[in-house]
Amino acid sequence: MPVENPRILTKNYDTPNAWTIEAYERAGGYQSLRKAVELGPEKIREEVKAANLRGRGGAGFAAGVKWSFLKVTPGKPNYIAVNADEGEPGTFKDRTLMEKDPHRCVEGFIISAYALDVHTVFVFVRGELVLAIKRLEQAVREARAKGYLGDTVLGRPFKLDIVVHAGGGAYICGEETSLLNALEGLRGEPRLKPPFPAVIGAFGAPTIVNNLETLATVPTIVDLGGDAFSRLSRLHHLRDGGVRLYGVSGHVNRPGVYEAPVGITLRELIEDFGGGVRGGRKLKAVIPGGSSTPVLREEDIVNAPDEKHPLHAWHGKSHLDVPMGVDTMRALGTMLGTCCAIVMDDTTSMVRVAENLMLFYAHESCGQCTPCREGCAWMARLCRKFADGTATKVDLDTLGDVANNIMGNTICALGDGAAMPMLGILKLFRNEFEAAVGKPVPRIGEGAAS
Amino acid sequence: MAFELTTERLAILEELLPKYPTKRALTLPLLHLCQEQAGHITSDVVTYVAKKLELSTADVQGVVTFYTLYQQKKVGRNVIWVCRTLSCELTGARGITHALEKKLGCHVGETTADGEFTLFQAECLAACGQGPMMQLNDEYFENLTPEKLDAILDAARRNKDASCAVTFSPIGLRTRKQG
Ligand SMILES: Cc1cc2nc3c(=O)[nH]c(=O)nc-3n(C[C@H](O)[C@H](O)[C@H](O)COP(=O)(O)O)c2cc1C
Ligand code: SF4
Ligand code: FES
Repeated sequence: MPVENPRILTKNYDTPNAWTIEAYERAGGYQSLRKAVELGPEKIREEVKAANLRGRGGAGFAAGVKWSFLKVTPGKPNYIAVNADEGEPGTFKDRTLMEKDPHRCVEGFIISAYALDVHTVFVFVRGELVLAIKRLEQAVREARAKGYLGDTVLGRPFKLDIVVHAGGGAYICGEETSLLNALEGLRGEPRLKPPFPAVIGAFGAPTIVNNLETLATVPTIVDLGGDAFSRLSRLHHLRDGGVRLYGVSGHVNRPGVYEAPVGITLRELIEDFGGGVRGGRKLKAVIPGGSSTPVLREEDIVNAPDEKHPLHAWHGKSHLDVPMGVDTMRALGTMLGTCCAIVMDDTTSMVRVAENLMLFYAHESCGQCTPCREGCAWMARLCRKFADGTATKVDLDTLGDVANNIMGNTICALGDGAAMPMLGILKLFRNEFEAAVGKPVPRIGEGAAS
Repeated sequence: MAFELTTERLAILEELLPKYPTKRALTLPLLHLCQEQAGHITSDVVTYVAKKLELSTADVQGVVTFYTLYQQKKVGRNVIWVCRTLSCELTGARGITHALEKKLGCHVGETTADGEFTLFQAECLAACGQGPMMQLNDEYFENLTPEKLDAILDAARRNKDASCAVTFSPIGLRTRKQG
């Protein structure tokens, strides 16, 4: 059975000039907003809760629950900060929403602001994404001219401004508290939590930080109703609702961004959407949701004979046949992350993969915490030694130790996000590191099938 | 000579200021505006931004050094960022980077002798499904092959009214024009 490919979030992706307000309205755009203002804030928040909308930014926290944490003090401002900093290696979904359907994003921001009684929305976009910034700015201008925001929202006395804010180029600014510091004009160094942003966020005010896709999904939730939206998911029973954007890149025939229900399997993503492994080669490993999520292999089998185990329903099946959900992936020992998979074929050296990834984290660590600052650079140096053939057996133990000493000892999750994939690769592909002692490893693209 | 924003760019700043609760919040946007005009962040720019936003120059300098998009040295008329991260490496980024170095006659991190191009390596630019890829000024070029590079570089060379200062613009004049 081919995998479902609903066109909800991606409805307008192939429409010519879809980013103009004319095209968006012709396709029924801003009707959800009309419905939303009729429903009123409280009802919208209930629908979002019922939608089981898990955050699309990586951690998978339920948006409806997060919204209920917003600390409201009458007379004091609250903010929404939209996280459009998309920087996790392998992740390229939010950019498509901003470039191809910016009005859907803007409509989502307006409804969310209305639901939370927020009067300023800051959209923090990666500075590199010039076209996305341009399209969003244009969409905000057009929406203002049409009376969807500004001094009133559809004629109601609700003042709302949406401010598109370009970042300065730093992966760490995707971390929510780093994003807030960058927005405030500081170095993008993460803050200690608690306090969480919903209590003390941007400019000292309670702030909801949500991923761009999370908020771009809100118009659909209003349109369909929360429960109906949630039921589009294959994991509705696990309170992981709706449809979402998937990405697939690396060694597949048809890399790209695809829309599907929550809970399709990695095999479906790779085969049905990605068109299978390039050149008919064998799959070696797949990173399920951005570089910080530990790798999976096809040959690993779910071992969950206990009926109470969250993965019992998939006992005896390959890891690739477990549905991709926030809780199912966690139970597998990895994470759903951004739901954008990186596929590697059997020519790929996992030592080289680790080297590539650790260089990324070494470059992007903000440097505040010693375990992350020193550890990421150390892991990168060690991986390079294995790649060059200059590593010793002792280096292998050191590599594991360094990763283990980062885990849980840092201010933000970047440190763990570097250590987890390193430990994951060491666990599944230790033999490749052992074989690399004293023997250089072919570069990616220059290797033979192993 | 002391740095001053043009009136056109100053108008953008004036429009943005009331949208934020603090002046400091304008640090990143204002640096982008200044870089669009000056080409890179000179010490005069740092002084100007500090004065405009009532900050110390150390504050501003600290921000400039944190982010990759602020150039602290003069760069070429065109700036190339070629992605080196995993999805792109799996699809051939290394070959593209070498081809660029060869065609430009400079290494990653350097500017060509004629000042036309600066070549940088980028960390993932959110185009992983279209790798290998690079950003040239504010445009993305995807699914690259070494053969495709000649036409792209030639077009950039021919585009004489461009300088990176005005072509890379996440907030400045080009971004704000209707388009
Ligand atoms: C190092 C790091 C980088 C992150 N990068 C992003 C990002 O680029 N985009 C994003 O939406 N979330 C990113 N996150 C997750 C955010 O901190 C936050 O959880 C998310 O924006 C919340 O939105 P959501 O609940 O709607 O998913 C990152 C987290 C960490 C630790
Ligand atoms: S974990 Fe790393 S990136 Fe996060 S605050 Fe510490 S040093 Fe910075
Ligand atoms: S890895 Fe190159 S754009 Fe993401």
